[in-house]
Amino acid sequence: MTDLLDLTAAEAAARIRAGDVDVDAGELWAAYRDRAAADELNAFTWVADEAPEVDPSGPLGGVPVAVKDLFCTQGVPSQAGSRILEGYRPPFTATAVERLTAAGAPLLGKTNQDEFAMGSSNENSGYGPVLNPWDRARVPGGSSGGSAAAVAAGMAPWAIGTDTGGSIRQPAALCGIVGMKPTYGAVSRYGMIAFASSLDQAGPLTRDVTDCALLLSAMVGADPCDSTSLGLPEPVALPSRTDLRGVRLGVPEELTGEGIEPGVLDAFRSTLDLARELGASIEPMQLPHAPHGLAAYYVIAPAEASSNLARYDGVRYGFRADGDRDLLGMYTHTREAGFGAEVKRRIMLGTYALSSGYYDAYYGRAQKVRTLIADDFRRAWESVDFVVTPTSPGVAFELGAKTDDQWAMYLNDFCTVPMPLAGIPAISIPNGMAGGLPTAFQVTGPAFSENRILETAFALEQAIGFDGSAARA
Amino acid sequence: MNANGWEPVIGLEIHVQLDTRTKMFCSCELGFGEEPNTRTCPVCLGLPGTLPVTNAQAVHYGLLMALAFDCEIAPRSIFHRKNYFYPDLAKGYQISQYDIPLCTGGRLGDVRLHRIHLEEDAAKLVHLGQSGRIHGSDASIVDYNRGGTPLAEIVTEPDIRSPEQAGDWLKLLRVTLRQLGVSDVNMEEGSLRCDANVSIRRAGTSELGTKTELKNMNSFRFLMQGINAEIERQIGLVEAGEAVVQETLHFDPVSTRLSPLRSKEEAHDYRYFPEPDLVPLAPTEAMIERARAALPELPAQREVRYAASGVAADMARLLAHDARWGDYFEAAAAAGSAEPRVVANWVAELRGRGEPSDVEPAALARLAELVAARTVTSGNGRVVLDRLIADGGDPAEIVEREGLGALGDSGELEAIVARVIEQNPDVVERIRGGNAKAMGALVGPVMRETKGRADGGEVNRLLREQLGV
Repeated sequence: MTDLLDLTAAEAAARIRAGDVDVDAGELWAAYRDRAAADELNAFTWVADEAPEVDPSGPLGGVPVAVKDLFCTQGVPSQAGSRILEGYRPPFTATAVERLTAAGAPLLGKTNQDEFAMGSSNENSGYGPVLNPWDRARVPGGSSGGSAAAVAAGMAPWAIGTDTGGSIRQPAALCGIVGMKPTYGAVSRYGMIAFASSLDQAGPLTRDVTDCALLLSAMVGADPCDSTSLGLPEPVALPSRTDLRGVRLGVPEELTGEGIEPGVLDAFRSTLDLARELGASIEPMQLPHAPHGLAAYYVIAPAEASSNLARYDGVRYGFRADGDRDLLGMYTHTREAGFGAEVKRRIMLGTYALSSGYYDAYYGRAQKVRTLIADDFRRAWESVDFVVTPTSPGVAFELGAKTDDQWAMYLNDFCTVPMPLAGIPAISIPNGMAGGLPTAFQVTGPAFSENRILETAFALEQAIGFDGSAARA
Repeated sequence: MNANGWEPVIGLEIHVQLDTRTKMFCSCELGFGEEPNTRTCPVCLGLPGTLPVTNAQAVHYGLLMALAFDCEIAPRSIFHRKNYFYPDLAKGYQISQYDIPLCTGGRLGDVRLHRIHLEEDAAKLVHLGQSGRIHGSDASIVDYNRGGTPLAEIVTEPDIRSPEQAGDWLKLLRVTLRQLGVSDVNMEEGSLRCDANVSIRRAGTSELGTKTELKNMNSFRFLMQGINAEIERQIGLVEAGEAVVQETLHFDPVSTRLSPLRSKEEAHDYRYFPEPDLVPLAPTEAMIERARAALPELPAQREVRYAASGVAADMARLLAHDARWGDYFEAAAAAGSAEPRVVANWVAELRGRGEPSDVEPAALARLAELVAARTVTSGNGRVVLDRLIADGGDPAEIVEREGLGALGDSGELEAIVARVIEQNPDVVERIRGGNAKAMGALVGPVMRETKGRADGGEVNRLLREQLGV
């Protein structure tokens, strides 16, 4: 049994598809299902009783997948980590999940998350925080903290999450696994309970880069139900590159100096050394507007969220506060009781930013900053192939350590927020340990450069040789 | 212009439900009168995770209107979210166009257009209890069938100067939209809804006064009544030295009075921002060409053409503004050799009696020819028309079978005229005595004797000839 759990998802899928008698899809399902059901990290909000029928001859080989709670799954609780959607079972399934099922990955369970994906520690879940498998006193990151912890702890072979300002990459970093945010539009958003529509993008959280490529290959594609979806210009390929000859890695001074913990910075520099050994050139560079990313993000994302979350009014589905005889009372009491503090904070921020008389000063200005950040990256691609940074400024922190300091919490996304603002893809891979906790390295490329990013990340991964097995023990 | 030298300044805002197959942003078929909440899906119910997809047919209809009204088509128009809480709004916002609408400018008749934009309709609320409003109702229930129905909002410039002009123009808009096939434009059923912005100013001045917005005028009569009442109210205010306050007024069709909506209901900050779930609407050349090719002849153009072909002005307008009868007229005029003017008169006769489907256009054309050739009198022509409506058939055969042919030059009419003169010596005496009106007392008997087969003018001529008057 332990043999099965030691296999990466891609290895398991390949052996199942090849008809290897030692690897059976049903046994694999049962092994992971048992571990997920015995979850001690609060990573899962729902675990399947039995495997849905899928075709194990599909590219994903019958290897089960854990799915972030905010993906709608027909007849299965889909609560986006919020009490306001407690017990909500949608009548349809998100396109991304349907694609995974069609490719042969059965739904293993739904994973815990920060409420409506608003958070960087998973402490904002309406269903309790998720614990980090490396140290249960610490957070797993967020908002896809349940998906990251489940994969890191070996409770799921692989998982999907969503990334709005870092919600895939940052928890992947804090849990020592791989996480990728694709180009905006690569994966359909249909059926993803929205946080910030112009930023949200689904992506994989996996044990290694090969798993990431395989899972991503099944997720991407234009969707007639999502006008903003494009798919990718070419299929996602499994990476095989082991050198980085001729690859130019840009190191932006704004995102690699002040504010980064020393242990993280040490690991980052070690990875740069490895990259140089593999043949890459390291190019110091600037992204002058990137430091303003957080400010712009905390206007744009709450503004969109304030509108996206207006539908949770108690009229049609989910939670409704009892006892009111008038409309305004029902609205206010439902939302007062149904939403958590961080969600309310962002709804108020966003409502303010869009208000008549303030729109230009906040939302309008933030959109201009967004354009400037995208322009910074466009200019960067003239001289470098990728931009590399640490993923998270620090390693996993203790539960409660930052809950009283919003700005400290928001700073977690300092290195991950510019990419969604620019709509471009980025991957986070584990690159070492600092004080017994994983550190991570982020590779960002131009729009639609997923295959090249995966090749680069694969080469680095081989050279780094990160061992995450301790978290699965 | 009003008495006392006041000039009303009126602009209209019209919401038109587009007669597309499916809703504006989802694939639910449109439904009117169906069981509540049967024409819904996760998208138009605003379920979490759903996304809108713009209806191509609604865009096509928008382009048809743009071309018909000579509007400027935005190369990239933007959908915005209009945010407000209300149970008839499933998402908590309405997707509408804001600062960059699909169409700007344009004109219909004597009124310039400001803009036309596309949006989605709200659901329908039913309030139980006495109040009839959500406040104070025992309960309110929502029917989402209407939610997401495509709407075009057409806004005019303040070019209208009287309630009557507003009514006439709205009628022209209605027939034009009907001809375009974009809506069934029924005010009573709400597929055409009209609000009016009304202000007054001294005649001869060009500044605009403070306007009020009038809502809920769901018929042409109510529209004119409402505007009229508001003009009088404003004149009364200003002449009493008071100021007109900018506000929204609700028209009550029972009392025909206007009352202000609660200010709380209108004090919205809609927090418009570009809808991030939709890409900009950028009509391609091919889309515009497809709309151009589908553009029918419009009522105003038809009216001019009919009048130019000799059809009387009022008849030209009547036929041009009612496409069913206009099309019938065209078919009948093309089917025979009678002049359009004559055919039009016979179409009007049929319209007074029945439906276009009652008589084949070719049969009506033949009837018009028979009358024009004086083979049948106008009076007996109407008898033939009644037969055609009842039994169909060929007009010439009906004339033959029923002996309805006009009296020719056989001398028969002269003999009848002579006999009637002989039988009415007293009348003849009155006529000879200078009472010309008494002639009618002889015409009647002649017409009766001939069973309508005689031409009235010819009877008059023969009477005068034989009486020597």
